[in-house]
Amino acid sequence: MGKPKVATASLAGCFGCHMSLLDIDDKILKLVELVEFNKSPVDDIKKFTERCAVGLIEGGCANEENAHNLQDFRRNCDILISVGDCAIMGGIPAMRNGIPLQECLQKAYLEGPTIYNPTGKAPNGPDIPLLLDKVYPCSEIVKMDYHLPGCPPPAETLWQALVALLTDKPLDLPYELIKYD
Amino acid sequence: MTTTPKDLKKEIADICKACGNDRSRLMDIVRDVQEKFGCVSDEAINLIASEVSVHRVEVESVVSFYAFLSKDQKGNFVIRVCDDIIDRQAGSDSIISAFEKELGINCGETTADGKFTLEKTPCIGMCDQAPAIMINDEIVTNLTADKAGQIISTLKESGDPKKLVAEPGDGNNGNPLVNSMVMNNIHQKGEIVFSEYVSGAALKEALSSSPKEVIRNVKAASLRGRGGAGFPTGMKWDFTRAAEGDKKAIICNADEGEPGTFKDRAILTECPDMVFEGMTIAGYAIGADTGILYLRGEYAYLRKFLEEKLAKRRENGLLGKNISPKKRLGGLLKSKSAFDFDIRIQMGAGAYVCGEETALISSCEGSRGDPKTRPPFPAQKGYLGLPTCVNNVETLACVVKIIEKGAAWFAARGSAGSKGTKVLSISGDCEKPGVYELPFGTTVSEVLEKTGAKDTAAVQMGGPSGTLVAANDFGRKICYDDLATGGSIMVFSRDRNLLEVVDYFMEFFIEESCGYCTPCRVGNVLLKDTLEKIINGKGLTTDISNLESLGKTVKLASRCGLGQTSANPILTSLQNFRTLYENLVKTDETGMNPSFDISKALKDSEKIAERKSVVYTTE
Repeated sequence: MGKPKVATASLAGCFGCHMSLLDIDDKILKLVELVEFNKSPVDDIKKFTERCAVGLIEGGCANEENAHNLQDFRRNCDILISVGDCAIMGGIPAMRNGIPLQECLQKAYLEGPTIYNPTGKAPNGPDIPLLLDKVYPCSEIVKMDYHLPGCPPPAETLWQALVALLTDKPLDLPYELIKYD
Repeated sequence: MTTTPKDLKKEIADICKACGNDRSRLMDIVRDVQEKFGCVSDEAINLIASEVSVHRVEVESVVSFYAFLSKDQKGNFVIRVCDDIIDRQAGSDSIISAFEKELGINCGETTADGKFTLEKTPCIGMCDQAPAIMINDEIVTNLTADKAGQIISTLKESGDPKKLVAEPGDGNNGNPLVNSMVMNNIHQKGEIVFSEYVSGAALKEALSSSPKEVIRNVKAASLRGRGGAGFPTGMKWDFTRAAEGDKKAIICNADEGEPGTFKDRAILTECPDMVFEGMTIAGYAIGADTGILYLRGEYAYLRKFLEEKLAKRRENGLLGKNISPKKRLGGLLKSKSAFDFDIRIQMGAGAYVCGEETALISSCEGSRGDPKTRPPFPAQKGYLGLPTCVNNVETLACVVKIIEKGAAWFAARGSAGSKGTKVLSISGDCEKPGVYELPFGTTVSEVLEKTGAKDTAAVQMGGPSGTLVAANDFGRKICYDDLATGGSIMVFSRDRNLLEVVDYFMEFFIEESCGYCTPCRVGNVLLKDTLEKIINGKGLTTDISNLESLGKTVKLASRCGLGQTSANPILTSLQNFRTLYENLVKTDETGMNPSFDISKALKDSEKIAERKSVVYTTE
């Protein structure tokens, strides 16, 4: 049996959670011994090549590509983990949820004080994913098995969680890793 | 009505002056302004703020908090249709449509001529004569949709909602100061509340003993609070008496906002003297000189009548300075040290949370009806910082009988842990909805039999914050140790969709949450969303356990009684009617959440971009 496969994705996130994962410093060498990365920005594999044990999801779903990508992860991973507040509850991008979509686009591409946009239109075209009516937390679109809160979750939290999961041991996070004030 | 800025300034100065420019009387001030001008405008808020020397935000926060106050101009006649579940089942929707059609506006709007405003409001305490509406302070009951036209034309012609009262209701509803079509519907009187009583007799008895003896009596009678929680009254009095301070206050909680409760309406209509006497005795026992009756805004039609009762008691020496009933009633009473006590009526303005005692105190102090953090408890530091005792209307009525007939007599009635009788307000699917005074320990099925309820599927005991009881539990007893209730009993027959009832209750709590703490403000919305997911066939088996765990969190982590009980409709229906939920949910194998609707999520975007999704095939 080969090493367990791990896939990761950053949906409507800032890549901060991925950076936090890289923050495990030299443990990254151990990580490579422990797992093999499949679809992930870490190795730039764009499509699943085989079924994965764990999928780490950063960010919520703001557009159709996010939603589609997340559903793809659900189909291809045994366990999905929401990593960070955006994946868990939409986070900062979800601040637009109370504002109608048209108004958001208007403000962002036409009316903002620093905008230069001679076309007078919001960007549009088949290569640009359509926005969803609001930013959805991942769990509203697919079943998420675990949630790791934090903005971002500390490197050590990610490491402990991953190791516990892959070695089938109970996760025992010290208080410092789950306190956020 | 046209008001020049100068008029407004003078009128508001007069209103504020009548309340002594007292910040703590802000509720009365804004209510008067609302009544006079149909709104409390930004300008009015500024003027009030400067008259009573507070920041405008303090005034504005009061205006925005209460349902009966508004910054926007309301019509001369504000029609509020009771939107309780019982009224809905009795056809309140068709009433709303009829008024909408008649007035040519949607619910929530005001007619262009500024005459009529149409709104919905939660339970107005008329479930036994539903559907009911309020027109300003006037109550119109037993409505049908075809009466809407006539009501509007009467109002247009006469300009007086009183003209709608063709025949006044029974008992004191016919008193000229009430003159309301509300019926008492008291179908069963008991030995304690709805019984013979001589005004002043119990007070005389109480004043002849020491305050401590009065409290000892109430303790010996094992009287417990009738609002629902059942805290021992004597103990509460003891705490308040023992608290430091020369001045103390007693507040009678007549804000019965729990949907389906209307027993205090009947008690205040038929036995107001008894309630005031109970308050006076309580005042004597705890050493208070201030009494407040907090009357819910919906019962404003009783106000004049109650004011007159208070005036009579003052005349008879039963209220005011140096109270001594012997002056009028004779007797051998020895003169004790002076006991001064008076009662004022504080009107509410449509906020359920004000039934919670600390929120009620906030409201009496002229603030938003926000619950306060405990400790300190009201008994230590309540109304304006004074040690304060808050008792239910019915509790205070019971006190009178305890003093009159003795603790042993009282304690001989009722069941082991719950002494005396309970006044119940029963509504819904039964032949004789109304008020029943029954001894504690009566079973649910006995109640159903008395009211002529048939084919009953469920009984909501204690209002939305209580328990949804299933048929196999109808043998259970109404008492503090089994099924506790503040008085509300709603009966639902087999034809009713119980999950719709639960959904309505959640909507009610979301609307009435004060918004201070997150578990209540957010948790209830999440509970309702999940419930609706299940009702709409999009729920998963895991959603049931989600409801349970979230419900427990809301219960555990909320700040006041509202949030601590708001999950009960879901939790108790899950406990007693679990199959209703289980029949609707699906077991999931794909991991895809069935409630996510990509077509709906992309609808706006596709319209704005003027193209279809290339990733998904949408409708």
